[in-house]
Amino acid sequence: MAAYHSVLDLIGNTPLVEVSQLSPNPDVRILVKLEGRNPGGSVKDRVALALVEQAEKDGLLQPGEPDQVLIEPTSGNTGIGLALVCRVKGYHLKVVLPTNVSVERRQLLELWGAEIIESPGSEGSNGAVRMARHLADEHPHWVFLYQYANPANPKAHYEGTGPEIWRDCPEITHFVAGLGTSGTLLGAGRYLKEQNPGLQVWAIEPPAGEMVDGLRNLDDGYIPPIFEELGGAALLDRKTVVRPRDSVEWTRRLADVGLFVGISSGAAMAGAVRCAEQVPGGDSAVIVVVSADDGWKYLSTGAWTGDLDAVAERARDVIYF
Amino acid sequence: MAVDVRLPTVLRSQAGGQAIVTVEGSTIGDILRTLVAEYPGMAGQLLTEDGVLHRFVNVYVNDDDVRYLSALDTPVKEGDEVSLLPAVAGG
Repeated sequence: MAAYHSVLDLIGNTPLVEVSQLSPNPDVRILVKLEGRNPGGSVKDRVALALVEQAEKDGLLQPGEPDQVLIEPTSGNTGIGLALVCRVKGYHLKVVLPTNVSVERRQLLELWGAEIIESPGSEGSNGAVRMARHLADEHPHWVFLYQYANPANPKAHYEGTGPEIWRDCPEITHFVAGLGTSGTLLGAGRYLKEQNPGLQVWAIEPPAGEMVDGLRNLDDGYIPPIFEELGGAALLDRKTVVRPRDSVEWTRRLADVGLFVGISSGAAMAGAVRCAEQVPGGDSAVIVVVSADDGWKYLSTGAWTGDLDAVAERARDVIYF
Repeated sequence: MAVDVRLPTVLRSQAGGQAIVTVEGSTIGDILRTLVAEYPGMAGQLLTEDGVLHRFVNVYVNDDDVRYLSALDTPVKEGDEVSLLPAVAGG
C-alpha cells in the first residue's frame, strides 16, 4: 500500500469483487464495484473532485482565496463528496437537501462543515434543484457547479470508473448502474461501449416518481440536462425500476455474502439479477454492477434487521438514491 | 384485453383519486390513448399533440421503461402491469 499526499488522492481505483454465488444463472458471472471505498464513502467523491477541479481550471474558483462559496442541490452523496473536497481545499459549501434523507447523510455533511438549506421532501430532488437554481440566480457570486448539467460529472466516470472496470474485467458484457444524475451511466457506459460495442448498458432506478408526491403536474418532472445533451437515451439498452422491497432484499443478500452496501446497491444488484435471468440459456455473460456506497449511512433505517415489509415501507419515505 | 395501470399521485386527481385503473388495449399506445379518452384531464400530460410520449412521463411494463423496448408499440398481455411515473432525478 502506498502513502498518499492528500485524502483526495484516495478517490477512485475501487475494487471489484465477485458475487457470482448470487447469480440466478450458472453461466452468468456478477461482479460488484465497491464505490463505498472512496474516502467520502460513495461514488460521488469522483464527481465532487472533478466538478471542483474543473471550476478551478475555468477560473470560477481560486485555490487559497478566502470566502468562496459553492451551492449545490443534492440528495446527499454528491453533497458529502463536495463537503469533503471543500473542507480539504478551504471552500464554503451550501447544499440544498430534501428533508427526507437519512440522518447519517445530514451528519456527514455537518461534520465536514457544509451548510444545509432544506428543500421540501415532498418534491424530492426536483425541488432541491429548483431551489438551488433560484438561490444561484439570486446570488451570482456563489459558484453553482450544477452536477446535473456539468459535463465534468460524466467525464469523471469516462476517465475513471469506466477505464478501471475495463482494466480489471475486460470480459465484461453488461454494465449495470443506478440512475440518479445519469453521470455514471453516461461516462462509464460510453467508455465501455467504445471498447466493446456489443456491451449492454442497463440503468436501474427507484420508483422515485411514486414516492415524490409534491409535484403539481408532469411539467414539474426533471431530466438531467447532461442525459439529453450527451445522448443518454441512445446509450442505454434497458432502464428498469426496482422497488424498495426488492432493493432491501438484495441489500440483505449482499450482506449474506459479506458485502455491507447501501440500499441503492441492493437495487442495482436486483437489476443485475434480472439482467442475468434474461441472458439466453447456454450463453455466458459477465455483469459488472456499481455499488454506489456502503451501508453505514442506512443503519438508522433498520434495513438489515427489521421486518422486510416494514423496512420496505419505511424506505418509501427516505431518499436512498 | 384489460391490464391494470398504476397511476402516480400527480395523475390520480384526473382519475377520480384512483391509484390503479383497468384499461383495455394490446399495446402501450392503445392503453395511453384509451386512458386519455376516459380521463380527458390527462390529455397533454401523457402524449404530446404529435402523439408521442410526453418527455416527463415514464411508462413501464412490468417495471421496464418502454422507451427502451418498443415505445408506444410495446405489446402488453393479460396479467402485465403497466405503471406511469413522472421523471424525477437522484444524486
